Parts: sequence; structure tokens; C-alpha cells
Amino acid sequence: MTITLGEKWNEALEQVKLWARINSPWAIHFNSGSCNGCDIEILATVTPRYDLERFGVKLQGSPRHADILICTGPVTLQARDRLKRVYEQMPDPKFVVAVGSCAISGGAFQGCYGVVGHIDQVIPVDAYIPGCPPRPEAIIDGVVKLLGSLKKGPEEQRSGGEEVK
Amino acid sequence: MENEKREKFIVPIGPQHPALKEPGHFEFTVDGETVTGATVRLGYVHRGIEKATEDRNWTQNLYLLERICGICSHSHAMAYSLGVEKLAGVTVPPRAQAIRQVVAEMERIHSHLLWLGVAAHEAGFDTLFMFSWRDRETIMDILEGLTGNRVNYSVNVLGGVKVDIDAERADSIRKGLDLLEERTRHYLKVVTTDETFLRRTRGVGFTTTEQAEALGLVGPTARAANVARDVRVDVPYVAYAEFPVTMTLDTGGDLEARFVVRIKELFESYRVIRLILDKLPAGDLTMRMPRRIKEGETVSRIEAPRGELFYFIKSGGGEKPERIKVRTPSINNFALVTGTAVGHQLADMPMILAGMDPCFSCNDR
Ligand code: SF4
Repeated sequence: MTITLGEKWNEALEQVKLWARINSPWAIHFNSGSCNGCDIEILATVTPRYDLERFGVKLQGSPRHADILICTGPVTLQARDRLKRVYEQMPDPKFVVAVGSCAISGGAFQGCYGVVGHIDQVIPVDAYIPGCPPRPEAIIDGVVKLLGSLKKGPEEQRSGGEEVK
Repeated sequence: MENEKREKFIVPIGPQHPALKEPGHFEFTVDGETVTGATVRLGYVHRGIEKATEDRNWTQNLYLLERICGICSHSHAMAYSLGVEKLAGVTVPPRAQAIRQVVAEMERIHSHLLWLGVAAHEAGFDTLFMFSWRDRETIMDILEGLTGNRVNYSVNVLGGVKVDIDAERADSIRKGLDLLEERTRHYLKVVTTDETFLRRTRGVGFTTTEQAEALGLVGPTARAANVARDVRVDVPYVAYAEFPVTMTLDTGGDLEARFVVRIKELFESYRVIRLILDKLPAGDLTMRMPRRIKEGETVSRIEAPRGELFYFIKSGGGEKPERIKVRTPSINNFALVTGTAVGHQLADMPMILAGMDPCFSCNDR
């Protein structure tokens, strides 16, 4: 059985989805070759002092449930295909946050033979959070700014979103 | 029926896995719920840092090697500086050595608390995870106040350190340590008395002393099986000769013992930091280092939070090293997972893995 909704209904449904997405985005974290520094800071954001969950952001395990992909580290040869695969497994619309200098530019690891580049050479990135590693406050700020940009139309989002610099 | 060959069922875990913050791949062969074999595949975060050191100069390498691992960054930088200083024949002033030791012990505190949280999380004990990470912020604040960064502190320079501890700073450190000590006592009580938690740890992942020696375990994982192995005690480096620590041993050999050893080590760290703060030697912080390092080769060993960290450094007499080889504690300890997994329930695997405190980023480099 298929239900066909009127124009108005569809619009309303979209609004509800957007509201839900902004109020409770689920995030997945992928480490594609980072030094751990960024990862422990991301973990610190979900612990009591910083508490990212007060914005409704939940860190969880499966890419199929995630709205936001939080990437850390340069992309290594081994991790490139896996990063792509994780990205492809996420349902649309999906957003990518690159955390740390390494994720943005390769950082200290530029020129290492095992490193193929940075995140936006492999998948499109919506928000960049610089620092080595960024402070938990900066990570929260980046994610919240990204959520703010979701309120805009889908065309604006895809054109790179709001850059957090 | 008896002769019917059971089909093997393989449970792959990783490389992207919610329980591990870093990519590593494990394959467990199971019969029902019981594990009958385990293999590990590493290298997902291999960046090629050792090779990259060969086209960076001695000073640049300090910052690159620090980024081998974000958790024990100071250990890497310290092991490297100690090696290079040995090659150059430079004696580092005692004040700098003592400050290095202070930061190394602080790093141990932050690393062990971090581990306590992660391991508790694997056991499904998220309350302990949240508590220990909340308290860990105390030591992070101290580290940030002292060095200016929360993770890669860059305290070392070749020939010394670049931060100093004055009386005011020392007081704030002492205050933080008092708070932590009280909390740590509570954690020790929790991990040794909480009935539900003990069901997950007591007798799990057991190794005898002989097995631990045969597997070549290092660090707290080995000390929990009563193997007396601690570089800080065996061959004191930096200021460990003047401000010695005592080795924490436990005869348990199981996961509970690994919790107990790590938590008891925290008390030792608090004690030795306070001792150094009280008797911090006066003097300079740095010595002048030559740009080119004399030809030669050396090894330097230190005790990172996870165990023995080993650096081999070879200089051809130029501005850049000829070869740097790093051996990190995790590679030894992975043998524990593959060695003790057999016979356990599949649900125990994350705990056994967390019990050795793996660091993939150190391990793969
Ligand atoms: S940005 Fe810094 S802390 Fe983050 S992964 Fe890179 S080196 Fe590590």
C-alpha cells in the first residue's frame, strides 16, 4: 500500500524531519589515521564537563544511523576506501566535520608515504575545526554551527555549509 | 554426530567499531558463544612516520614524533630527546630533567584515568566512565596550565624543557592532586568491591607469570601478572634516580589485577610529583644543542604509560637522522589478546582488549 500525501502534507513532513534532525543529530566518529589526540578530545566532549549531548548530539556506532560523520586525522592508504565506504553507508542527508589540522590539511604528516591526503580529497566536508587538537569547546562550537547551517535550504548546505574557522 | 565437523563461524570486529576509538581489525572464531581462535590485523593508521623522520631535521622530528600518539605524546618526545642528547653528548640540567619527570607522571595519570573510563565503558559501566573522565579534566587543566595545550604538550626541546614550575604553579598542582587522590581512592574501592563489575573482571583474561614472560608483555599489563618489569626502576632515566618510584605489582594476572595495578600506580605518581615539587632542583632549563649531531647510534628506553617504549636513533653526522626505529608497548601486549582469548565468551573480548590498553596509533605509526 502506498500513501500519497498532498503537497501541504509533504511540506509539513519535511519540516518535522528537519526539526528532528537539528534537535537530535546522531554522529559517528571515524579515525582515518589520526594520532589519537583529536579522538580523545572528541570523547571528552561527550563527558560531563563538556557534555555534547545537551545539544542532542549522540555519538554512536553504526554509520547507517548517523547524520554527521566526524573525521579525524590524515587519510592513510589503508583507511581511504574504508572512509569512503562509511560515508556511502550513511543515509542522506549527511554532513561531514573534519576535526584537527591533520583532517584539514594533513598537518604534521604531510609527505609521509602512508598518507594519501586530507579528508576533503576523499569525501566532501561541511565544517572544518582547526587545532592540534582542537579544544573540546571548539569541537562543540563547530558542531553547533553546523546544526545552525542546517536550518538553511539544502542548496546552501551543499555549497560547503558554513565554514568554521 | 561426534565426527561431524563443525563449521567455523568467524566474527569480524573492526576496523570501524564503536567500542574502539581507533581502527584495528580482529577476527574471532567462535563455537556458539565460546571463542576458539583469534587473529588481529593492524596497520590501518600506518602513516610512515619513521621514514618521514629521515627528511626532517632533528628539531622538526621532535614535533613529528610527539604526534605518533596523542595520549603518550610526552613519552615519545622525551624518549627521542634523551636519545639525541646522548648522541650529542649533552648533559641536560637537573631542573629540566625533574620537570620532564613531572610531566611524564602527569601524563601517566591522564592516560590511566582515560583508560579506566574506556575500560569501564566496555564493561557497560558507563557511570564509572563519566566519573573518571570528569576527574580527568582536573589533570588536563593542570597540564594545560603548565604547558599551554591539552594534548600534545611540546614540553621537551632538544637539550631541556621549555616550561618552568614556579611556587604558584606548584601550589595549584598540589591542590589538583589532592582532589585526584581522594577520587582515586574511591575508584580503587569501586573496582575491587563492585559485585557486578567484578563478574566482568575477576578471573577474566588470566595469565600466569610464566605466560606473561613468554608473551613478552610490558608495562602495567605485565606487572599485573607479577612480572617485575618497569624501566623507571630497572634503568632510571631523567630524574628517576633522585626521585625513585616503587614498582606496583599484583599476583592476580587477571583483568581485576590490571585495574588494581593501574589505579595503584596513580598513587605512586601523585607521591612522586609532590616530592619533586617540594625539592625541585634549581638551575637552567636548557643546554645548547649543536645543529648537527655527531655520527653514531644509540637506544633510549623509557616507561610510557602502557609499558616500555624503545627508540633506536642513528645519526650520520648531519642535520637529519639516518634512521629512527620506534618500538611501542602495544605491539608486545597484543599477544595477550590473541593468547588468552581462546576459551572465553565472545562478550569478554572487548574487555580483554581494553585490559591491555591498546594504542593503535602508536603501534602502527
Ligand atoms: S591534528 Fe594534531 S592531535 Fe589531531 S590527529 Fe593530527 S596530530 Fe593528532
